[in-house]
Amino acid sequence: MQFPILSVIVFTPIVTGLLILLIPADRKAETRVAALAAGALALALSIWVYFAYDVAAGGYQFVEKYSWLPSLGISYYVGVDGMNAPLLLLTGVVMFTGVLISWGIDDRPREFFAFLFILATGVFGVFVALDLFMLIFFYEIAVFPMYLLISIWGWKVTREYAAMKLTLYLFIGSVVALVGALAMYFVSGMGTFDMIALESAGFSPTFQRIWFPFVFFGFAVLGGIFPFHNWSPDGHVAAPTAVSMFHAGVLMKLGAFAALRVGIMLLPEGAKFHMPWIIILTLVNVVYGAFIASVQSDFKYVIGFSSVSHMGLVAMGFATLNRTGMLGAGLQMFSHGVMTALFFAVVGMVYDQAHTREIPRLGGIRKVMPLVTVAFIIGGLVSMGMPGFSGFIAEFPIFMGLWDGEPSQLWSSYAWVAIIAAISIVITASYIIRIIGKVFFGQVPEEFSGHMHDVSALDKVALVFLSAILVIVGVYPQIMAPLVESGVDNVLRLLGGA
Amino acid sequence: MEFILDHLLTLILFSPVFAALVVFILPGNQVKLIHWVAFILSFIPLFFSLILWFVFDKTQAGFQFQEQAIWYTAIGSSYHVGVDGISLTMVLLTTLLTPLALLASFSIAEHVKSYMFLFFLLEMGMLGVFLSLDLLLFFVFWEFGLVPMYFLINQWGSEKGEREIWGGQKVRARTYASIKFMIYTMAGSLGLLLAIQMLGVVSGTFDFPELLQNWTSLSGTLFGMPINVVKSIAFWAFVIAFAIKVPVWPFHTWLPDAHTEAPTAGSMILAGVLLKLGAYGFLRLVLPLYPVEARWYAGALAFLAVMAIIFGALASYGQDDFKRLVAYSSVNHMGFVVLGIAAAAFASGTQDANIALNGAVLQMFNHGLSAAGMFFLVGVIYERTHTRNLNDYGGLFPLVPVYGGILIFTSMASLGLPGLNGFISEFLVVRGSWPIFTVYTALAMIGLFFTGAYILKGLKQVLHGPLNEHWVGHLTEINARELFVIVPLMVLMLVIGVWPAWILDVINRAVAGLF
Repeated sequence: MQFPILSVIVFTPIVTGLLILLIPADRKAETRVAALAAGALALALSIWVYFAYDVAAGGYQFVEKYSWLPSLGISYYVGVDGMNAPLLLLTGVVMFTGVLISWGIDDRPREFFAFLFILATGVFGVFVALDLFMLIFFYEIAVFPMYLLISIWGWKVTREYAAMKLTLYLFIGSVVALVGALAMYFVSGMGTFDMIALESAGFSPTFQRIWFPFVFFGFAVLGGIFPFHNWSPDGHVAAPTAVSMFHAGVLMKLGAFAALRVGIMLLPEGAKFHMPWIIILTLVNVVYGAFIASVQSDFKYVIGFSSVSHMGLVAMGFATLNRTGMLGAGLQMFSHGVMTALFFAVVGMVYDQAHTREIPRLGGIRKVMPLVTVAFIIGGLVSMGMPGFSGFIAEFPIFMGLWDGEPSQLWSSYAWVAIIAAISIVITASYIIRIIGKVFFGQVPEEFSGHMHDVSALDKVALVFLSAILVIVGVYPQIMAPLVESGVDNVLRLLGGA
Repeated sequence: MEFILDHLLTLILFSPVFAALVVFILPGNQVKLIHWVAFILSFIPLFFSLILWFVFDKTQAGFQFQEQAIWYTAIGSSYHVGVDGISLTMVLLTTLLTPLALLASFSIAEHVKSYMFLFFLLEMGMLGVFLSLDLLLFFVFWEFGLVPMYFLINQWGSEKGEREIWGGQKVRARTYASIKFMIYTMAGSLGLLLAIQMLGVVSGTFDFPELLQNWTSLSGTLFGMPINVVKSIAFWAFVIAFAIKVPVWPFHTWLPDAHTEAPTAGSMILAGVLLKLGAYGFLRLVLPLYPVEARWYAGALAFLAVMAIIFGALASYGQDDFKRLVAYSSVNHMGFVVLGIAAAAFASGTQDANIALNGAVLQMFNHGLSAAGMFFLVGVIYERTHTRNLNDYGGLFPLVPVYGGILIFTSMASLGLPGLNGFISEFLVVRGSWPIFTVYTALAMIGLFFTGAYILKGLKQVLHGPLNEHWVGHLTEINARELFVIVPLMVLMLVIGVWPAWILDVINRAVAGLF
């Protein structure tokens, strides 16, 4: 029997989380070291999986399957393909860096890391699950700790409100998706939750068309799709730094990925039927999100709304239902995850020193935190889709996907979507430049001079690590694109080889 | 040696990155050390491009020293580079101006390390545009160059000056100029970006030679429109992006601000090389990809070029700021490049078109030399007087005779005095365009008259007239380091003016093969 590497990745966090709870509450140093060790292990294993995955062979690899509840057709069934391997890596990266920058948390670090790690297990689980029941099971595990993390360690002003809003939104979404999943389970008549089996269940087109919106939107709520994006900026802002990183960096991908895995892959006919109007929603996401971001005065809200805009591009890529568009969406999930984790880390560091996030009150951060400034600039360039960074590598194919196809009329093709969506690039550039100019350069306000200090060495490690990934993928896309492409082939096969 | 020749272009392209990394690991407080290391390292790309110049087979049209490597297979793009006579000239210009610009930057004292780092990245970006034979790669370098330039203006630009923006809020002039530069150019590139995506999707590849074939042989309808309409729209998307960079009137308004606020070395590179990226885009992409549309709209383009020539000269004459005067002169001079290109597009294949194109490419090179020289000389006097206002100078010739002589020499090259480089290229453009666009060319000649006027005005205000007593005893003569910057430029101006054949040979072969 081969080494169950995926199970180790999935359960390392939760086991560590439970073990951490056994450490006495005042032994904070031990807690942190244990957390870091688990983060490093999960990262190392996910890197290993990423590079050991055989692109030429394709399909699901590192598969493990055990019966769990045979009478209901539920099994513990996990595996990776080209679509989720980068996401696994992303989760490892965010988990590791999240622990690094949470080193300074002094308020009950034991419980904090325990909840964070339960969340991590849920996320890993969703990404690798090949069983529909397991997917939803892990999905709920991922959503629940968020409530506690935000309401206990969050920003005091809005944490109760935001935690409540976020949890209710996501639970409603997941309940809707669950109904859809159950419908599939019963209608298929196969008595199994095995998604590989359900792929060939042959649902009738009518069934698919009716149920696709339930499943897709149920999950896409977590992906921040318009008009259900409203919880996300509030949630991001209220959450403590590491949780925001996890939240925007990984959790939103969870929604997008599940919408793809369950919605598009199991109900391809429904996807083909509904995507032409869903793409308009994603267009609203992209452009409107960028506009809203550009008028925020709270630094963290800017980043929160920019996530809405960028996640809109992911959904847009999926909505094209063709190879290049989906390739871009897959890459964008990874790129945006790393980028936004970097952003929230930077915002957190600035806030820790300045104790305010109001952009007009900030200034001259560069003088005390040069490395943080460079990291934010790199993140900003990624976000405005500057060539040479991963954002361009991901967004370019999404736009290409919009141009692709054999449309007979301009208005029936997605070309016009591409043209309108491109406006967001300039808007994004404008607000990023504004922040760089005001917050990082600019004058140091009187009240801060002498009170601010540079960040710790661990923070710097985290920033350099995240920035390096963004540059490497941007300069040499070949390191990720073929992998994602093999995952896209898997989806296209179900869509009828489009 | 074998290895060097096989990978010559890659070495040219990435040796600035190597230099940037070396600079990056130097200790930040050793200002002198950083200056010298950066200066010496900047000779590596120059050295390689000189090798390229001499081993380049000048008798042959088409691309040489091609290299191809996988880069982004999934969407049909690869790392594909190559040079022909046009890009070779531009590469030489870039690698030549960079060491001079770095030498001119020895007066920079703040954050020298970041400055040099960004400067080398800028050099890489510009070289990448000239060397790329892959449309996506071209765009990557095209956009990437904005980032270092933005920071150079924003951080090391002129300290003085404020601009009122909407809402009555006041910002520093350099902040205003850098943001305007960035947003203007990025917005201009949006159309280019979309058009490149469309071309890539329709042709199934981004590799330029292949794409050229697939794209030009398209027929029927696309997106429910006749192919000509689609091509016309894509043509204008390309043209606007490049016209902003050149800049062609009326897309030039970012230029005076950016040039004026940039640090001296930044202005040298901005005027010397960055503007050529736009003209190069016209030559490399617009003419081959859209021969029909280019001919169709050539008249409009020529009209804009003439407007740029005339208004550029008039605006230049109207300035009181010495640096702004020089900045507007770029609009004026680059107008001739575009006029030459427009004429060639209209009458492609004829002898006249060939002459006009030769003139346009040579004018790109010449303007690179003279604009860089002029901006440098403005910088020299600004560092001593801390004013750029022409009315504050006056009669400085007796105080700084050497500087005065150099300024006159460079101004004359810029004005187009026979015997110096500017004359040759402007003459070729005018000679080539005359039979094609007679009226426009005649109007451009009137513009040339104003060129003389503003250059003489600049000279008069600075060097002649009553001596401004204020400067007696305060103004020092140009120093040895500064002479090292300007003398190579002057030598080239004279050599090209007297014997242009050595460079025209290289250009001519490539230009003849363009259609």
